[in-house]
Amino acid sequence: MKRISVFDQAGAFAENKDTARDIRLRDIIPALENREDVVLDFERVDAATQSFIHALISDVLRKYGSEVLERMAFKSCNDTIKQIINIVVDYMQDGLGTDTEE
Amino acid sequence: MKIHLPNSAFLGNIDSFLRGFDPSSPDSLEITANDKWISVHPVVLSMIAALGLTIQPGNVRCQRLQAKSKHYVVRMGLFKMLNVLSDISVVEHEPAGRFIPITQIRTSDQLTTFITDMIPLLHLESEQAKTIGYIVSELARNVLEHAQAEHGALLCAQYYKKSNSIRIGIADTGVGIKTTINQSYPAETDLEAIRLALMPGITGTTRREGGTEQNAGAGLFFVKSIASVNRDFFVIYSGSGFYKLLKKPATKRLRLSADPFDDRHSKEESLPFWKGTVVGVDITLDQTEEFSLLLSAIRKTYSTAVRDRQKARYKHARFI
Repeated sequence: MKRISVFDQAGAFAENKDTARDIRLRDIIPALENREDVVLDFERVDAATQSFIHALISDVLRKYGSEVLERMAFKSCNDTIKQIINIVVDYMQDGLGTDTEE
Repeated sequence: MKIHLPNSAFLGNIDSFLRGFDPSSPDSLEITANDKWISVHPVVLSMIAALGLTIQPGNVRCQRLQAKSKHYVVRMGLFKMLNVLSDISVVEHEPAGRFIPITQIRTSDQLTTFITDMIPLLHLESEQAKTIGYIVSELARNVLEHAQAEHGALLCAQYYKKSNSIRIGIADTGVGIKTTINQSYPAETDLEAIRLALMPGITGTTRREGGTEQNAGAGLFFVKSIASVNRDFFVIYSGSGFYKLLKKPATKRLRLSADPFDDRHSKEESLPFWKGTVVGVDITLDQTEEFSLLLSAIRKTYSTAVRDRQKARYKHARFI
């Protein structure tokens, strides 16, 4: 299992989307490709923006489908961060299967 | 270009200030001001700073300020940003708890550092700090990612003790919302582009539901929703288009709308052309809703909007 500390890379206010992209590309996706489960640890993260969470996980959901949520867990999230993750997870699943550019 | 610092220009009455902006002769900037008193929203200063950076310093002419409140303009760093000498002397106090002077943000890392430094300066409670940090981050990142603005984002903020509110202004002189949205959606006017940009899940980067890996098209919708739930003003001005979310009466039941035209609002289609985008927002601190409650409402509205768009794309049975 791969544990990724969001605080260590993004700090207490997780808003830098470049950092989110780096976590996704350097940590999350390689771990999933290695068939490891992933734990995103939000310990000591006070707040995150929707843009940050989107940059962190939306492409993971698109690439691996909603089944990836069985291999990826979110640890020590406060209520606000839980809500933002839920928003992103919801709209990504709502959009799955409608990926055609019009 | 000509711009006039009026006696009063806050989000409630900013329309007349914007109508007075003269964008002709873009190689020079003439700043005039009310002689008696200048009391303006931070967004006004952000706009002037953004304009000033597009001009050679020698081509910026500023009328000698007479108003008693002229120190405010100096203290917010307008002349410094414009590289214009001012004969107004001010005693510089520690800014903690009162204001964020005009700041230019050009990179993602600069923004992160700015937000980290800004939050302690405002001396806010934890929930309020989250809200303000959230707004600044989403608005400034929009500029960095979409505006193609050579000079980045110009922003400033001020705490108002009497109303216990924070007022934030951010301006850029980039390509404007219509150019960005038109990469994916055929908005014919600046106002229509603003309308689309405020809808959840609409981004200029793609028409794909869920956005790209870096963009969801939700940032402005979140900021407008925060202002809406707190019954505060929110304005956005780009090209000739202008949208203002009006304050909701305290008695009225709050409801988030995916379409900004369903909110209580005013709009203009033919203001003097602003090359770029301007956003102003007020956040009344003693009304700041618990952020997680606001997010519950956003989640519901967002999902409904996505499903409605999917339904609109359904093919229908053909009965012959």
